Amino acid sequence: MSSKVREIVESHGSNPSNLIPILQDVQTNDGYLSENALAEIAGLMDVSESTIYGVATFYTQFKFVKPGEHEIRICQGTACHVRGAESLLDFFKTNLGIQPGETTKDGRFSLERVACLGCCALAPVMVIDGEVYGHLTTAKAEKILTEYKEGKR
Amino acid sequence: MSDFESLRQKARSKYEELRTGQKPVIYLGAASCGKAAGIASIGGKIKEILGELGIESKLVEVGCVGMCCYEPMIYIQKDGKAPICYGNLTTKVVPELIKDFLVDGDPRTDLALGAFDGPQTEGVPRLFDHPMLKPQVRVVLRNCGVIDPTDIDHYLANDGYVALQKVLAMTPEEVIEEVKSAGMRGRGGAGFSTGMKWEFCAKASGSPKYMICNADEGDPGAFMNRSLLEGDPHAVLEGLVIAAYAIGASKGYVYARAEYPLAIKHLNIALGQMREINLIGENILGSDFSLEVIVKEGAGAFVCGEETALMASIMGERGMPRPRPPFPATHGLWGKPTTINNVETLGTVATIIREGKDWFSHFGTEKSKGTKTFSLVGKVQRTGLIEVTLGTTLQEIIYEIGGGILDGKKAKAIQTGGPSGGCIPASQFDLNVDYESLTQAGTIMGSGGLIVMDEETCIVDIAHYFLTFTKEESCGKCTPCRIGTHRMLDILHKIKTGKAEMKDLEKLHEIAWTVKNGSLCGLGQTVPNPIYTTMKYFEDEYHEHVEDRKCRALVCKDLIRYHIDAERCIGCGICAGKCPVDAISGEKKQTHVIEESLCIKCGICFHSCPPKARAVEKIDAEVGQDG
Repeated sequence: MSSKVREIVESHGSNPSNLIPILQDVQTNDGYLSENALAEIAGLMDVSESTIYGVATFYTQFKFVKPGEHEIRICQGTACHVRGAESLLDFFKTNLGIQPGETTKDGRFSLERVACLGCCALAPVMVIDGEVYGHLTTAKAEKILTEYKEGKR
Repeated sequence: MSDFESLRQKARSKYEELRTGQKPVIYLGAASCGKAAGIASIGGKIKEILGELGIESKLVEVGCVGMCCYEPMIYIQKDGKAPICYGNLTTKVVPELIKDFLVDGDPRTDLALGAFDGPQTEGVPRLFDHPMLKPQVRVVLRNCGVIDPTDIDHYLANDGYVALQKVLAMTPEEVIEEVKSAGMRGRGGAGFSTGMKWEFCAKASGSPKYMICNADEGDPGAFMNRSLLEGDPHAVLEGLVIAAYAIGASKGYVYARAEYPLAIKHLNIALGQMREINLIGENILGSDFSLEVIVKEGAGAFVCGEETALMASIMGERGMPRPRPPFPATHGLWGKPTTINNVETLGTVATIIREGKDWFSHFGTEKSKGTKTFSLVGKVQRTGLIEVTLGTTLQEIIYEIGGGILDGKKAKAIQTGGPSGGCIPASQFDLNVDYESLTQAGTIMGSGGLIVMDEETCIVDIAHYFLTFTKEESCGKCTPCRIGTHRMLDILHKIKTGKAEMKDLEKLHEIAWTVKNGSLCGLGQTVPNPIYTTMKYFEDEYHEHVEDRKCRALVCKDLIRYHIDAERCIGCGICAGKCPVDAISGEKKQTHVIEESLCIKCGICFHSCPPKARAVEKIDAEVGQDG
């Protein structure tokens, strides 16, 4: 049993209204919500595992697969869409050989679609490890990805 | 003098000193968009240069003034004169600018966008005379990009919490009456009277009561609430405390999107500062009104913008809506009376109280009073966050503020109201932007996203895009929305890929009707809006996709192909090198060819072809195929 999960649950208290902040903190700590962590939260909060799983899977923020070393999030907002976000996503899918929600076999990159980052004036936009890149084209994205691959970023 | 008055006095002199002091001040536009545009490296460069030059200067991070297309932006204030704003900066230009202005006294008018209000510098135009800002009226955004959002003194020095003080000397009924007669309508979408909403909750029996600020700005393409929370969080929180007083709430929540970390950070800083000087907590400013406020982070669910779903989420459940009535005003959080207002609604409240209902209601039209913020994005020259009086035409917004369509292209439509809204064709750009006119045109005001589309935007693709979004976000509770969104998307997919027949269009209309009339909540009931409006205004484009298998905007992949123009190709080989599926062949310095059967239409060749050649082109899939 991980002491960290216990610590997080205790810091919030086991009132059911604290479930989402607890899941958020566990994900911040572990990078995702593992089966073990979910079971542990259920035990500590005295709620069934299925209830916890039901809540967690409802929200897109929560991940159930270990993310890659670099997390690539492609914005799919309307402004990004009309400025070419779809070809951008296609480029990453082809280049990395994974679908959104997956991690490359070597564990280096994971790919995600995100509804809207609110940086619409810079569309199309993507975020890699919290760093925002705007005004992208597939050519620009390719250059950035290569730099990550070569460990220059 | 009361303790609070002396705090305000101190704040005023501190702010005055910053604004008129002799020591230079450099303001950094550090909202999310500024950060995304690279303000951190600009700031780093500035610090480096100041150190090298031995100049002592204060650096202040401010929010977004709304001119997002000019990010990264800084303002420099020298000799107590009004700060001068510089945009589109690079780490190359910045050292030059700092040295020229701060050492040699040259304000570099060639780089300046304009100066803020205050003592002016010769040769520099006023910032608020800039074509992007001149047609705007800044009521909600008055402090955004001007003050340091993490310093409550800046807000206090700019009439902050004057309205709250005034309210605490009024009865809740008087506060409600003031907001009601100002004609304030909710800025979250539906446009319901804010005063009446408060009245229902104030009159409801049950205790405690809850006040919620809905900061779950989920519409893709909209960022007004983010900018306001990042740039002036106290304005929203002052409105929240006033609303809580009016309805008699003892606990307040701000339900904010987790995708907005900076807004959440600024909200929490602001709440800490308010607690310290008793603007929240027990017996606020010596009155017998007490209120605690906390920030709840959403976890990514569009449907949580719906009131009952939002409340389920605060209570730690799946964010699914429930039928109304009973309304939240009587049965809200944990079954208690609750009011939910949008960020901008609350951001407007303090101004109404401070300046009076008559001042507020002289802006706008007969039924839509005041101003409204919009995020103006898409294929428009000047993108950004704007605020105009209700009743302004789309024409003025797109061509005067936005400076027209990008790259001299032709406008096709504008999309308002996010996934619940619709597309208005360019032929109707003389439409007034107010609640009634937009509803009449088949769309909604929504929270304020305005996405401009040009002739290179495919209207079927846009409908497909919104349906993809709402299909993902449908919570699944009611059948019309859960199944309907899937079936409508299936048909749109058929149209987009050239596999549809005319009877599919009829079927699409039929399902849209069922979803609109049979769904449980606002999400499902408005899902068909993008389909209705695009089919109504762009019927010919739908027909072209179905009958001619043609996408005139050259967007729908299955209906186009990429082709290399033999005469323009310079044989540089860049496209062949970048093609992820090795579909391009050709010798160096010889014309290259795309092997159609291998091509996945990713468009990398199109974007990487050197501008001097522009040999890769997108063409209609049928063109040149049969001979």
